Amino acid sequence: MALVFNEEQQLLKESADGFFAEKAPISQLRELRDSGNETGFSTELWSEMAEMGFAGLLVDEDNGGTDFGVMGAGIVAEAMGKTLSASPYLASAVVSAAVLKAAASDAQKAELLPAIAAGEKIVTLAIDESAHHRPENTALKATADGDGYVLSGMKTFVCDGHVADAFLVLARTSGEKGDASGLSLFLVEKGGAGLIVDRTIMADSRNWAKITFEGVRVDAGALVGPLDGAFDAIEPALDQARIIVAAELLGIAQECLDRTVEYLRERKQFGVVIGTFQGLQHRAAHLFSEIEVTRSAVLKAMQMADAGGDVRWFASLAKAKACKTAELATNEAIQMHGGIGMTDEFDIGFFIKRARILQSLFGDFNYHADRFASCSSY
Amino acid sequence: MTDLENFRSETRAWLEENCPASMRTPIRGDKDMCWGGRNFEFVSEDQKAWMERMASRGWTVPTWPKEYGGGGLNKDEAKILAAEMRRIKARSPLTSFGIWMLGPALLKFGTHEQKLEHLPKIARGEIRWCQGYSEPNAGSDLASLATKAEDKGDHWIVNGQKVWTSYADQADWIFCLVRTDNSGTKHHGISFVLFDMESEGVSTKPIKLISGYSPFCETFFDDVKVFKSNLVGEENAGWTIAKYLLTHERTGISDMGMPTPLNMLAKDKLGTGEDGKLAETMLRHQIADHEIDAAAFVFTLERAKDEAKAGGDMGAFSSMLKYYGTEINKQRHELIVKTNGSDGLEWEGQYSNDGDIARSWLRTKANSIEGGTSEIQLNIVSKRILDLPT
Repeated sequence: MALVFNEEQQLLKESADGFFAEKAPISQLRELRDSGNETGFSTELWSEMAEMGFAGLLVDEDNGGTDFGVMGAGIVAEAMGKTLSASPYLASAVVSAAVLKAAASDAQKAELLPAIAAGEKIVTLAIDESAHHRPENTALKATADGDGYVLSGMKTFVCDGHVADAFLVLARTSGEKGDASGLSLFLVEKGGAGLIVDRTIMADSRNWAKITFEGVRVDAGALVGPLDGAFDAIEPALDQARIIVAAELLGIAQECLDRTVEYLRERKQFGVVIGTFQGLQHRAAHLFSEIEVTRSAVLKAMQMADAGGDVRWFASLAKAKACKTAELATNEAIQMHGGIGMTDEFDIGFFIKRARILQSLFGDFNYHADRFASCSSY
Repeated sequence: MTDLENFRSETRAWLEENCPASMRTPIRGDKDMCWGGRNFEFVSEDQKAWMERMASRGWTVPTWPKEYGGGGLNKDEAKILAAEMRRIKARSPLTSFGIWMLGPALLKFGTHEQKLEHLPKIARGEIRWCQGYSEPNAGSDLASLATKAEDKGDHWIVNGQKVWTSYADQADWIFCLVRTDNSGTKHHGISFVLFDMESEGVSTKPIKLISGYSPFCETFFDDVKVFKSNLVGEENAGWTIAKYLLTHERTGISDMGMPTPLNMLAKDKLGTGEDGKLAETMLRHQIADHEIDAAAFVFTLERAKDEAKAGGDMGAFSSMLKYYGTEINKQRHELIVKTNGSDGLEWEGQYSNDGDIARSWLRTKANSIEGGTSEIQLNIVSKRILDLPT
């Protein structure tokens, strides 16, 4: 398969780029932040995104989606990386849709996926328990209790946690902390007794939450996927999410380069535009090269994910490379903008904050470099 | 079965039958490569047979037109052929500057007669070409070249000196940039000419490099007669051809392929722990960091080929590929030396195959200089792609 977009994907890219530039430019995120908006995103925007079909890109047509696959979801994520548009897209339309598709029963899919695709229900994955992504270290306990389970423990770094209608919670049903086996996934609706959700304000001004489970009871039907086998069941879905996060990081890096190059063409010092200086030209050209190389890794991973099969190596490659390049791009953007790049009034600072959050989401560079090496059998 | 599936199964069967077993082993450096030419000595009968069999199908140059000795394959078929060759780990049957530099330029700018004259000989490995570009005072600033061609009616008399001419001492013909006019800007007045290295007045002198090898030469022209029928394109307009050819050279240099994966080497040298991970954790980290970039770069070459217009012209994007690919290759060889420790620095003797690791490592230092330095590539990217002012 050629490593390029097909016509349909190209159209999706153009429509997504245009949509976010018009409906949700970076000024919207600034406004949400400055006004202390409680929802953390524009609900109107989210409805419009759903109308555009963006909330159902990973959902099959029978369940009300548009079925554009990882490639389509990545294309839209990249567009959102350029504008930093805030929405529950990543939490609900990407991660939860992918996890449900991979692990849920047909009945669960029929119940949840159409609502996710329509943007009517926000579902999010609660997986991390410490500051570093280590799913096998899950300690939150789900104890069998009559015909159901009782969940006790805590989760952190939960995307859109405080606005979610339901949570997909990774819990330990057997084994010990550190075992990849013995994990199970449960669907927990919001508002249940013992469920405490605390919004966490983080650097990117987006929605994150810490969630405490104080003996939250769910019935047997809340189990999603095999008992004790959730790690393997959701790993391919997590990899899809990682690839799509890598695509958003790619969008961030590209936008940082574009804005920086624009600035280099305009800003004058010593009587000339600073873009004539080789010291800056070479930094920009190097950054361009890293972004192009990253683009290929992300594109390849998206294609491989849609083709099916084991994509762990490709996903870790894409996420690791995107982390590295986004870090470079955001740092270089600030440096090459000089003093103005340090001001809050100027938008470039928003990119570095969002990038670092996404870099640590579902495994940072070190996590994925290690996993890449293990998948390459060293 | 579709046409492509048919093509794949036929190709697979043909390769199985015609690629000798010894041509399916990894090459161990320069001496295993088949360069062709009048004076080439094949290292084995297998090497000769493999080149001839592939040439008979035009598969030494799969995408060139059949009438010029090529295979006439389309992009998809060529991809399949490459994949099938990779599958059986087949060596490249023929490597030459004729194939990856002059050929594309002649196909685009040459006359029908020039193509008929030169391309089939390249395809069959009969004539080995070298490239007369750099001069002692025209390195990164190539367009300031001064090798002079004096107009004598139906021919020129060429005088001057080239330097860093790869394998000039082993080449049969040269494609050469000469100055036919001095009156305009430096980019005007350059002509692209072809001549036989056996012509009277041509001499070469190998340059010994830090690797101890001499892949490059100084090349001298003392009243060399070059007929005007050997001018490619228009007189004084050779810079356009020179640049076009450079984009191919750069893509070619960037595409040096990734030899033995570092992981096998490192496991062999350093061992693994119970978890199967390399025992040297710092080195493991460095290797992973490198291999992530290297793998992403391989996909970038794939993408660039898929995106390239017919004819494979990548324009300024080839400068990015050249920059990134050569820096990756240098880094890779640094890691190979590190992984081998003090063994990797042996210079002579059977144990180290006469310092193969150390000498190959030092050879890579030229990668980011030859064909335009990394800094020149970054200049080109910033000017042509990022549109930054000069």
